[in-house]
Amino acid sequence: MGIPYFPGCTLSTKAKNYDRSGRAVAEALGFPLEELPEWQCCGATFPLMLDDSMALIAPTRILYQAQQAGDRVTTLCSICFNVLRRSQALLDRDEEMLDRINWFTEEEYEGDVHVAHFLEILRDDVGWEGGPESLAERVKRPLTGLKVAPYYGCLLLRPFEEIGLDDPEDPHILHDLVRALGAEPVDFPYNVECCGSYLIVKEPDVPKSLAKDIVVSAREHGADVIITACPLCQFNLDYPQRETKMSRAGEQLPVLYFTQLMAVALGLPEETWGFEDHYVDPRPFLARVANSP
Amino acid sequence: MNYRALVIGAGISGMQAALDIADSGYEVILVEKEPAIGGHMAQLSETFPTLDCSQCILTPRTVEVGQHPNIELLTLSEVVEVERISADQGDDGEGQPGFHVRIKRHPRYVREDTCTACGDCAEVCPVVVPNEFDRGLAARRAIYIPSPQAVPAVYRLDPDACLGLFPLACGKCAEACEVNAIDYDMQAEIIEEDVGAIIIATGYELYQDEAIVAYEYMSHPNVMDGLEFERLLSATGPTGGKIIRPSDRKVPKEVVFIQCAGSRNPEHGVPYCSKICCMYTAKHAILYKHRVPDGQVYVFYMDIRAGGKGYEEFVNRAMEEDDTVYIRGRVSKVFPTDDSVMVWGVDTLTGRKVEIAADLVVLASAIIPSSASRQIAQMLGVEVDEFGFYNADDAEMTPVESGVPGVFLAGTGLGPQDIPETVAQASGAAAKVLSRFQAAQAEERAREALDTSSSGDETVEANSVGAAARSDALSVTEAA
Repeated sequence: MGIPYFPGCTLSTKAKNYDRSGRAVAEALGFPLEELPEWQCCGATFPLMLDDSMALIAPTRILYQAQQAGDRVTTLCSICFNVLRRSQALLDRDEEMLDRINWFTEEEYEGDVHVAHFLEILRDDVGWEGGPESLAERVKRPLTGLKVAPYYGCLLLRPFEEIGLDDPEDPHILHDLVRALGAEPVDFPYNVECCGSYLIVKEPDVPKSLAKDIVVSAREHGADVIITACPLCQFNLDYPQRETKMSRAGEQLPVLYFTQLMAVALGLPEETWGFEDHYVDPRPFLARVANSP
Repeated sequence: MNYRALVIGAGISGMQAALDIADSGYEVILVEKEPAIGGHMAQLSETFPTLDCSQCILTPRTVEVGQHPNIELLTLSEVVEVERISADQGDDGEGQPGFHVRIKRHPRYVREDTCTACGDCAEVCPVVVPNEFDRGLAARRAIYIPSPQAVPAVYRLDPDACLGLFPLACGKCAEACEVNAIDYDMQAEIIEEDVGAIIIATGYELYQDEAIVAYEYMSHPNVMDGLEFERLLSATGPTGGKIIRPSDRKVPKEVVFIQCAGSRNPEHGVPYCSKICCMYTAKHAILYKHRVPDGQVYVFYMDIRAGGKGYEEFVNRAMEEDDTVYIRGRVSKVFPTDDSVMVWGVDTLTGRKVEIAADLVVLASAIIPSSASRQIAQMLGVEVDEFGFYNADDAEMTPVESGVPGVFLAGTGLGPQDIPETVAQASGAAAKVLSRFQAAQAEERAREALDTSSSGDETVEANSVGAAARSDALSVTEAA
């Protein structure tokens, strides 16, 4: 059964490999992603002012589009997920705001679409291990011996009251995924630290220094690769490795979307992996896994 | 009424209350669930703000409790049932209210009247488990005495750690015992008592839950709570008072104290202030610096709450004389590094992020009520708040009365507080028990006097007897 899907801007431009691998994985697992027929940018930041109804218009319109398609909508991007999920939570408790936005958009959003992150569908609908249809059972090429550092960042987990996906201090949803794929999750202290986010545009030195701490820590804890669920995290961790001291041979760590790792493990065709779009080429790191039958 | 009191819990408050009542000539049954009395105070190294040796000021009290002719001490025991005897069904036929109490006494497997505490049994015991008294920093055998100063000074066989009692799997300790004090067949017994008043003094525990996860408390040996640090500081502790860190027995040179670990944290811990942590952290800083003069202490704090005589001065002493660096801000994360632990926090006075590579981290964990508090409250009909602390009938005007006639409260079961407050409260609760007993005794005497008077104008008689009883009661009070 298909699931209504909101790709968001980044996955349609800079992070096409996330979109491509995500769609392929969903298809293979039996829940093809059905892109909403009409959508626009979610706004990319959740408004923090209490009366900022303007910034809620975009996410509400997306939720309205999703309502036409079903009772839930999924996204891959952590930022879109954060904006949509929090907007939905706000509209759920603030009927007056919902009315005001509906009045302005002249659309009737009823306020009860569930915003589910792709990881949530994997966890709750597919299941990690155990059942015959579970993810572990579908793995064709177990990533045995690969040490994967799950990097969660901020927006996938916080604020817990509205997101509620996993423990924001000690999360494990990506760890569970890594285990189901046959690889070994690597715990490292920076896994919920901020990557610097949009400061990459205005103050690029900040994310660069944060990325260095994150990547070096993951490497020191024995990771072969880092995985993430956020295109901005991916960029902020991957891009600076071109030019900083980290880029010395043998000290780089490829930064993958979790869907790319899944595509490899599920034995999907190479064109779905999208490894050519990385600054640190993941292919040598995954070679031993990819070459195994 | 039965003029005996039951005191539940033999920490410093329960002991103080029991001694006050017993010294006034009434019998006390003192029930303690642990094998020895003294509570958490027995674990402390020094007390603030005087830096008295805790054991040294406590031991005279524990010994007095152990030897007092009016105190019946029941260790390894729990109150399991309390039945209220109302005024019209009193078992003494006089219709006086009181309580019928059932106490379960768990088997010690060592006869208290025979054991000489020589320790021969523990020497041959093959089982090694963490010692609870030392908060797991040292080991004990399955047959053990919690501390050298324990009262009663009797060994105890831990049936959970023992290789097996039913059927007997080892038996070495009984062979080693020259006085034949070990009895593997000892059974739990139910002791039934009638008492006229009850004092609940069940004390506190330390919060070890969710909020502490971020501070690696559960997983890293070099992150410990305040009571563990007390054991490290203590001259009778596992290191003899030497400060060494558990992971590699090195002397820690950079020590970070984190105040409000779980306290004042409605999101992830408890919302209330644990009250004593500002003071004991300052004490820890001072005592550490005295033992490791070239060490450096950092204290992360939210604000300093040092209300009390000499308290503010004490904290200033830690800052000024012992060069403790106080950083106003919270710690966001503690994580292991190759050598030890990294502490991330923020200095909110400069707005800067702080990173300290610490050799040892000590958490001032939140105080929570003893796990038994809710059960005991329910048994006695006493109210607790949402955290399990007992509610006084009126927190301002009757702070040691529970609202249930004859049931009084003392100590940290009411809420976080320090030793002087706890002791004062215990004496207050004891005074309430004494006044209850003496008022009832005066009334009894008045009634007896009434019954014996056979002739004359009854009204006049009753009045004069009443006056006599009142003056009688006064003289009893003076005698006490």
